[in-house]
Amino acid sequence: MSTETLEKEVQEVKKPAEPLFSKKRRKLLSNPLDEDNPITIQVLGICSALAVTVAMKPTLVMAIAVTAVLVLANVVISALRNTIPNRIRIIVQLVVVASLVAIVDQVLKAYSYDVWKELSVFIGLIITNCIVMGRLEAFALGNKPWDAMLDGLGNSFGYAWIILAIAFFRELTGSGKLFGVKVLPDEYMGNGVMMSPAGACILLGVLIWIIRSRNGYVEE
Amino acid sequence: MENLLNIFVKSIFIDNMIFAYFLGMCSYLAVSKKYKTAAGLGMAVIFVLGITIPLNWLAYNYLLKEGALTWISEDFASIDLEVLKFIVFIAIVAAFVQLTEMAVEKFSPSLYNSLGIFLPLIAVNCSILGGALFLPTRDYEFVEAVTFGLGSGIGWFLAVVSLAAIREKMAYADVPKPLRGLGITFIIVGLMAFGFMSFGGFELPFKNKEQQEQAEAEKVAQSEEQNLPISAVNNSK
Repeated sequence: MSTETLEKEVQEVKKPAEPLFSKKRRKLLSNPLDEDNPITIQVLGICSALAVTVAMKPTLVMAIAVTAVLVLANVVISALRNTIPNRIRIIVQLVVVASLVAIVDQVLKAYSYDVWKELSVFIGLIITNCIVMGRLEAFALGNKPWDAMLDGLGNSFGYAWIILAIAFFRELTGSGKLFGVKVLPDEYMGNGVMMSPAGACILLGVLIWIIRSRNGYVEE
Repeated sequence: MENLLNIFVKSIFIDNMIFAYFLGMCSYLAVSKKYKTAAGLGMAVIFVLGITIPLNWLAYNYLLKEGALTWISEDFASIDLEVLKFIVFIAIVAAFVQLTEMAVEKFSPSLYNSLGIFLPLIAVNCSILGGALFLPTRDYEFVEAVTFGLGSGIGWFLAVVSLAAIREKMAYADVPKPLRGLGITFIIVGLMAFGFMSFGGFELPFKNKEQQEQAEAEKVAQSEEQNLPISAVNNSK
């Protein structure tokens, strides 16, 4: 899903002569989808990837929430990067992220109360989601806001497609449903292991195996 | 007292931060390559959780909760600052971590060398903030909150040390190349989580009557669903 929208976006804005989407910048968007994926390669943001992926709906909401927070935080920190003293940068980053998360939390509570209840503490835990902190530290502190925004978008899409893939298999095999709608015949009993944390871990392990044998990344 | 022991055992084994809630996964995977570093970070987590959970409990109950400000004046009874809980919690954690780092650096250089490098990592460890965010949903007394903090820390320590021990032995195994590192670690964690799920069947010995009834109800819910808060809600729909 995310790849399609991405490509469309890239093509549309490519026309202006100014290289708003130069080759380097397009790489910022596309790299995190596969060879520099935040979850499978950089090992960031695992907690929520496992905890919220029981069903598609909360996962989708979580992906949107993370995208919003990551993109905005990247832009804000990148805009402030020359004024933040090095020694207290972690606290500054945390405060910016925490404020953004508080906004997302309130918006969700107002417009999507069910999902908000389901996600419970995991909305709050976007603050310490390593993807956000990791990208702020590694990218936003050293780059211009526009690049930081692209980096944020790329990484959150990379994150989104992995957690959606996990949620797809977990909900389908765990309860025979997709987005809460029954898709498998009633005789299907549902596999409790897939709904449990342990099943999620093993599924993610296998997913990483598949992805890495495709792109040839080997860890020492 | 018995109640405290209950909370303690529960937070170590049954509601283990890693195996039941996946909190603190990133650093858990990152430091579990060597036994020694794992033990170092584990210690630091016990220490920080043991202190910041009570601190956050105080902040929540005397500052943030609806009507919490009545100790200043009766007029504030209707004020609800819960919106600010994220910022307050994370600020307390980050400030505490930074303070400890400075204090340890000054007073005990040897401890700083073994623990110090891990302290900054901890500010962004989900298990610390996660523990704090569980507080509003569970009505703990102050002493219970302290026990919960320490228990969760010890549970995390146990999990990280045992994973590190397994991974050190894994060096002798011939794992398929693309599965090496992260992939196989996830599968190990999954298997360990299965192991820890067996603690879920434990009958905790220390219970008063009220809790026993509650436990019965929980057990029914558990048999349908393995102890995960989200999935439990999910299934009941």
